[in-house]
Amino acid sequence: MIKTAPSEYRVTAPRNLGAVFGRVRTSGPFLWILPAGLCVLFIFGYSVFDLVQQSFKYQGDWVGFENFSLVLTDPLFRTAIFHNFLLLFTVPILAVMSFSCAVLLFETHKGMKFYRSAVFLPYILPIPVIGVVFGQLLQLNGALNSALRAMGFESLALDWLGDPKQALWTMSGIIIWKEVGFGTILILARLISIPLETMEAARIDGAGFFRLHLQVTLPQLRAVILFYIINESIVMVSWVFNYVYVMTNGQGGPGNATVVSELYIYRSAFQNNAPELAATAALLLLLATLVFIIGFFRIQRNMSKGVFDD
Amino acid sequence: MTKKHTPIERSGITSRQLILILITAMALVPGYLMMTGSLKTQEEFLNSPWSLPMNPNFQGYAAAWNDQFPTWFKNTLFVTLSAVLLTIALAATAAWGFANWKWKGRDTFLGILISLMVVPPVVLLIPLFTLGAKLGWISTFRMLILVYVGLMLPFSIYLLTNFFRAIPVSLIEAAKIDGASDLRTFRSVVLPLSGPPLITLTIVNLLWVWNELLLALVFLQSDEKKSLMVGITGFQSRYSLSIPTIMAGMTIATLPLVIIYIFGQRHFIAGLTAGSTKGE
Repeated sequence: MIKTAPSEYRVTAPRNLGAVFGRVRTSGPFLWILPAGLCVLFIFGYSVFDLVQQSFKYQGDWVGFENFSLVLTDPLFRTAIFHNFLLLFTVPILAVMSFSCAVLLFETHKGMKFYRSAVFLPYILPIPVIGVVFGQLLQLNGALNSALRAMGFESLALDWLGDPKQALWTMSGIIIWKEVGFGTILILARLISIPLETMEAARIDGAGFFRLHLQVTLPQLRAVILFYIINESIVMVSWVFNYVYVMTNGQGGPGNATVVSELYIYRSAFQNNAPELAATAALLLLLATLVFIIGFFRIQRNMSKGVFDD
Repeated sequence: MTKKHTPIERSGITSRQLILILITAMALVPGYLMMTGSLKTQEEFLNSPWSLPMNPNFQGYAAAWNDQFPTWFKNTLFVTLSAVLLTIALAATAAWGFANWKWKGRDTFLGILISLMVVPPVVLLIPLFTLGAKLGWISTFRMLILVYVGLMLPFSIYLLTNFFRAIPVSLIEAAKIDGASDLRTFRSVVLPLSGPPLITLTIVNLLWVWNELLLALVFLQSDEKKSLMVGITGFQSRYSLSIPTIMAGMTIATLPLVIIYIFGQRHFIAGLTAGSTKGE
């Protein structure tokens, strides 16, 4: 007995052939996605695959976890990770400042557009430019210190970038200066879309400025603030290379005061000629970022639910 | 539209204005120092960094726009435009593939794509550099453009897919009933409706590529292929004795961005907020 092929088999086969050879009206999605898909697969898929391979090898030979133990016991790597960890403390500051700025802009009508453009401007400026200009501004005898001395705050005129004790905090300040505009715009956009009735109701009930925004506005912005927090955490862990590279001539100085994980990877690969250590550190960084990526993904989903519920 | 305010309200408005003026000043200070500094002499800048330039002179600009600067500028312009155009073309077709057809695993696929948005470039750096070296593609524009396109695609596809999904199905159905092929529908129904998101995407991506440093640093190493951002990063040590020259170089490098920002601010903001919300 010869079994006949399942009926859907016979129906789909010619349709697929038609799609492959074109000249049909329904081409199916795959040809449309293919070029972009191949590019993404190559850039991300190939890279991660190769990264994993490189991190288990030394000059082409399989060495197991040796690279990992080398990297994890390297004091410089630990310092770098610790600095990334310290940079995470800017995230709550950024969230509070962005929320406050957004509420201020929301409550202001006169000149709001101008203020908004100004607050947002730092976010679009190139980091090399920011780095160099702040580098000049923060010199020991630079513009900031001369202004501080002129106003009589002699003791506040610190060696902002040259002293290892505050170099990283100065760097955080610059990062905050640039990133706060992003949060402000993000939160403001959400704030505007909140129905006015709830706020009006609270106002009529006698809630003042602070109570209104802390108890009524803030809870409604939870999702977007959470998104911003995750986003900025990712920035602090793995997107701060530019600041450090530009402000310290690629050295992470003074001493190792501003070395971060990305700079460690860059220097291992291109200055110390140890690409396998760089690959291992990069893989560890990717795993660390993955935690945030999962969080990011979850929020994205929850938020899309929220949007469709409205 | 005049509204009467109570004294308490008025003092609230005034204090809010004051705080905002302070914040604005802080945001603008480095730009002010850069622009005024570029028009001063070295001595003037060192003596009074905060003052306005009394006798503006353009020697800084003449010195900054020296033999290499125009080359860097052109390189960045070429890389930026090619990468952005290629990204838009690939993202638009792919987004149409995601939006127009329902297929198994589509949402998972889209989800993975979205999470790729946050993969740090430094992770991809070493494998791609090793590969580029094997192919002999280091210091070629094609390698860098390819990497940029790959990095920009996830966000671009995501943004366009959301937009395409919001196009009324009736419009697309009508085109199909009239006998238009998918390509035809895409070209003459979908694309003409997609002006705003395409402009948004172009602006967001333009700014990103223009400002990118790490990948440009690694993939364009030869002097005549350097990008503008890499070039001006070396400016500081090269012209350490002439701050006006440094500031002039920075101003030139920033100018295209500021122009794009002024004209496309609305689109840029739309693009940034699109990352945080779906279906808007």
